[in-house]
Amino acid sequence: MLNRRQFMYGSAASGLLSGLGALLPAWARSASDGNHGLHPHTATEFDLTVGKFPVRIDGKPGEATGVNGTLPAPLIRFREGDEITLNVKNTLDVDTSIHWHGLLVPFQMDGVPGVTFPGIRAGETFTYKYAVPQSGTYWYHSHSGLQEQEGHYGPIIIDPKEADPVAYDREYVLVLSDWSFERAERIFAKLKKSSDTYNFQQRTLPDFLADTRANGFGAAWSDRAMWSAMRMSPRDIADVTGSTYHFLINGHSTKDNWNGIFQKGERVRLRIINASAMTIFNVRLPDLPMTIVAADGLNVQPLEVDEFQMGVAETYDVIISPPEDRAYAFVAESIDRSGQAVATFGPKAGMRAETPALRPVPTLSMKDMGMDHSAMGHGNMDDDAMSEDAMAGTMTEEGMNHSKMDHSKMDHSAHDMPEHDMGGMAHEDMVKSGGWPVESNPVKRGPGVTKVNMMPISRLDEPGLGLENVGHRVMRYSQLRSLDPNPDLRAPGREIEIHLTSNMERYMWSFDGVKFSEVTEPIVFHEGERVRVSLINSTMMPHPIHLHGMFFDLVNGGGDHCPRKHTVIVKPAEKVSFDVSADHVGDWAFHCHLLYHMHAGMMQVVSVLPSDDTPPMQEHESMDNSAMGHDTMDHSKMDHSKMGHDMKMEDDQ
Amino acid sequence: MKPVLISLWAMILGMSSAYAQDHSGHEDNSENAPWSQADAYFDPAEMAASRSHVLHHNGDQAFGMVMLNRAEVQMSDDEEIGVWDGSAWYGGDTDRLYLKTEGEYSFDEGDLEEAEVQLLWSRAVSPYFDLQAGVRYDFEPEGRAHAVLGFQGLAPYWFEVDGALYLSDEGDLTADLEAEYELLLTQRLILQPRLELAMSAQDIPELETGAGFTSVQAGLRLRYEIKREFAPYVGWEYHSALGDTADYVEAAGGEKDQAYWVLGIRTWF
Repeated sequence: MLNRRQFMYGSAASGLLSGLGALLPAWARSASDGNHGLHPHTATEFDLTVGKFPVRIDGKPGEATGVNGTLPAPLIRFREGDEITLNVKNTLDVDTSIHWHGLLVPFQMDGVPGVTFPGIRAGETFTYKYAVPQSGTYWYHSHSGLQEQEGHYGPIIIDPKEADPVAYDREYVLVLSDWSFERAERIFAKLKKSSDTYNFQQRTLPDFLADTRANGFGAAWSDRAMWSAMRMSPRDIADVTGSTYHFLINGHSTKDNWNGIFQKGERVRLRIINASAMTIFNVRLPDLPMTIVAADGLNVQPLEVDEFQMGVAETYDVIISPPEDRAYAFVAESIDRSGQAVATFGPKAGMRAETPALRPVPTLSMKDMGMDHSAMGHGNMDDDAMSEDAMAGTMTEEGMNHSKMDHSKMDHSAHDMPEHDMGGMAHEDMVKSGGWPVESNPVKRGPGVTKVNMMPISRLDEPGLGLENVGHRVMRYSQLRSLDPNPDLRAPGREIEIHLTSNMERYMWSFDGVKFSEVTEPIVFHEGERVRVSLINSTMMPHPIHLHGMFFDLVNGGGDHCPRKHTVIVKPAEKVSFDVSADHVGDWAFHCHLLYHMHAGMMQVVSVLPSDDTPPMQEHESMDNSAMGHDTMDHSKMDHSKMGHDMKMEDDQ
Repeated sequence: MKPVLISLWAMILGMSSAYAQDHSGHEDNSENAPWSQADAYFDPAEMAASRSHVLHHNGDQAFGMVMLNRAEVQMSDDEEIGVWDGSAWYGGDTDRLYLKTEGEYSFDEGDLEEAEVQLLWSRAVSPYFDLQAGVRYDFEPEGRAHAVLGFQGLAPYWFEVDGALYLSDEGDLTADLEAEYELLLTQRLILQPRLELAMSAQDIPELETGAGFTSVQAGLRLRYEIKREFAPYVGWEYHSALGDTADYVEAAGGEKDQAYWVLGIRTWF
C-alpha cells in the first residue's frame, strides 16, 4: 500500500503532468505523472456524465464519447455488499446507457436498452442503485449503439468484505482498448460493404512462392485450392485491425508509454481489463512470469504463466514480482499481430522498456475449419464435454470436396454419420452424456450462414490462435480452477445447444442463423434450474461470448472447482459448455462481445422466468427427444412444433 | 414475349412486397413482445419503443454503397475510348435496390457510343449469390428498354461472377456473363483478370448483332489500393467480335479484334 511519502510525491508530481496525464484520471496516469499505485479509496455514490469530449490518442487529437471527459472513464471502486448509487447524466443528443459488466445487479439495473430498461434519453439522468454480493475486477461500458468503440468504458473494483485472499504490496488497473479516428458507424458500414477492408495480412503471391519452396508446389497449391474452394481466408483473424486501430493501455499508446513503478521483490497486482470493441489481446511481460489469481473478477487458484490470450470483456488479475531493478515491458498484442500496445514497469518512474517486435501473423488451419479431428482425445477433459462431438463433419453450403482433405487424420466412421438415422444416434449420445435432454434449434439456413459445424471439438486445452508454439507457458482454459468450491454442484437438468453462425462475406453474424433483429422468442431459463449451455462455433473466428447477470461454471474438467466466468472465448470449430444456475430472474442480454458482431445480430436474450411460471420438469417430460435439431437431418420429416422453444410457448399459455 | 415481361414484373413486385413484410415485423414484435419483464419497472410503451429500436439496430440496418469498378480510358492505335462501369446499392442483408450503369464514350467522335442504366431488385438467395431482376434502359446506341433477370455472386475459388438475361421491348433476347478474379501481389498491389462474354438469341441487324456469341472482352488490370476505397490502375484489354457479329463489324469497315492499353481508377464509398 502507499505510504505517506509516496502519496505526497504523487500529489506533488501531479502539478507537472504531461499533456496526456492531464487528460486522465489519477488511476490511468503513468508513474511519471504521479501514479505509483491505486489508492484503496471506496465510495458509495458516483456522479457520471456521459458526453463528447476532446482526447489525445497516440499524439493526435480526436473526439471521444465517454464518461466525465476522460478515456478511459473514471475508476468506480466500492466495497462488496455496500448499497451504491450511480447518477448517470446524458449530455449527448442521443440515448446512452451504462452496463455493469459482470456485476450481479437486479436486472432492471443491468443497463441494456430494450432489454432491461428503456435507455437514458438525451438530457436525462438515470440513477442506478444496487448492492452486489461479489468482489474483484470488473468494468462498465455503454450498451447503446457503438458508443463503446468511441471511448465509453471504464474499470470497476469491488473490494472484498472479508480479508482478500490475494496478498499484494501495490496494485494497478490496466484497461486495454482499441481506438480509431474513424467513426464507429463508419467502421461498421465499411465492414458491411467490404468485409475484408481492414485486413492487410492476406496471403499473397510471394507467400505462395515461399510455401512452394518450403513444402513443394503440390502441397502449396492444394492448400490454396482448399481454402479458396470454400471462399474462406486462413488470415481472416480480426475484422478490424491495426490498420485503423491504435491499441491503448489506460489511454496510452506504445509511444505514450504508460509506466508503472515497483520496488524489487514487491508483489504487484495488475487488474487487467480488455475493454476493446473488437480486439482479442495476447498479454505477456517478456522475462517476467505472471501468476493469475482471478479471472472475470472471481478468485482462481494461483496459476503461473508467461502469457495468456484475453477475450474482449474478460478480466484477469495477475501478480508480478519483478526480481530485478530493470524495466519490464507489458505487451498487449492484437491476436492478428497487426499491432500492439506496450507499457513499462520499472523501479523508477518514466522508464521505457524495449518494445518487442510483432510476432509473425498466425494462419488458420484445417482444425479451425472443423476439418481436422486428430486432436479429439483430450485426456483431461470431462467426458460430457467431449462425447457428443463425434457426430459428423463440417458441412459447407455446397458441400466439401473430400478428395482434397487429409483422410488419414479423419475419423471416417464419424463422417458417414449424416447418412444414418440421426435421431436415434443423437438420443444414444444424449444418454451417454449424462442423461439430461439436449435442446437445439435447427440452424436457420440462408444467406447468413455459410457453414454449420456438425463435428465440433473441445479446444479448452489449447492456448489460443497463434500461441501454440511460442516456447513458453500460455494459459489454457482447462487449467483454471476456482479458488472457492462451486456453490451449485447439481448436474444440469437440461442442455441448450447454440450454434455461433456467420457469413463473413456479407458480414452477417447470428446465433443459430437468426440475427437479433429476427428473434421472436428468447432463450428461456426457469428460476432455480441448473442448465447447461453448449456453444458450437460454426465460424472461423474466436468469439468472446458474454452472458449478463449470471456467472457460469465453465465445464473444463475442474470438478467442483470449475472457473466461474461471465465471458468465454469459443474458438473456431469448438464446442464449449458451461453450467449455470438460473437464480436471477429477469431478461438478460447474451451476445458476442465483439462489438460489430453483436451489432450485426450475434445477440439474444436469456429470460429467467420466475419459478411459478413453468415447472422445468414438466417441460422435460413433454419434450420429444427424437426431434433433435441436427442440421443434416431431413427437416421436412420433423414436427417443429414439438421443439424446444415452441414447446415453452405452449407451456406458458 | 409479352407474358415473359409480365411475369418478370410480377416477380419484382413479389420481392418488394416480401421486403415490406419483413420490415413490418417489428411492430408485431412490440405487441407480442418476446421479452417484457422490464415492463414491470418502466413504462411499457417506452420499453416497446426501445425494444424495437434495439432489435432493428442489431441486424436489420440498411446500408448503401457506391462503387465505380472501372472508370478508364482505353487506348489503341486507332481510337481512344472512355469506359465506365459502376453500381450503387441500398438495403439490408437480404434485399437491396441496385442501380448499375455502363457505357463507352468515343473521344475521337466526341460522342457516347453506348450507355445503359439498370434498376434492379437484388435478393440474397444463398450465402454467396443474389438473384437480381428489374429493368434496363439503353440511351445509346439507340433508346431501348429491357426486362432483366440476372444473378451476382462469389463462386468457389473466389471468382466474382455476374450474369443476366435481357429481353428488349423489341422482343430480342440477349445475355452477358462476367467473371473477375483478384490476385494479391502484395496487400495493396492487386492483379485482376476479367472476362466478359455477350450472347444474343437472334440477329439484330440494326444493332449489328448476330445470333450466338457476339463478343468477348478479356482484360488484365493491375491496381494499387492507396486506400481500400481508392485505387488507380493500368491494364490491357482485348475485345473481339464473334460469329455473325464480327461479320457485321467488318462489313461496316471496323476491326473485329482490337487490343487496348487501359488507364483508370477504381473507387467505392
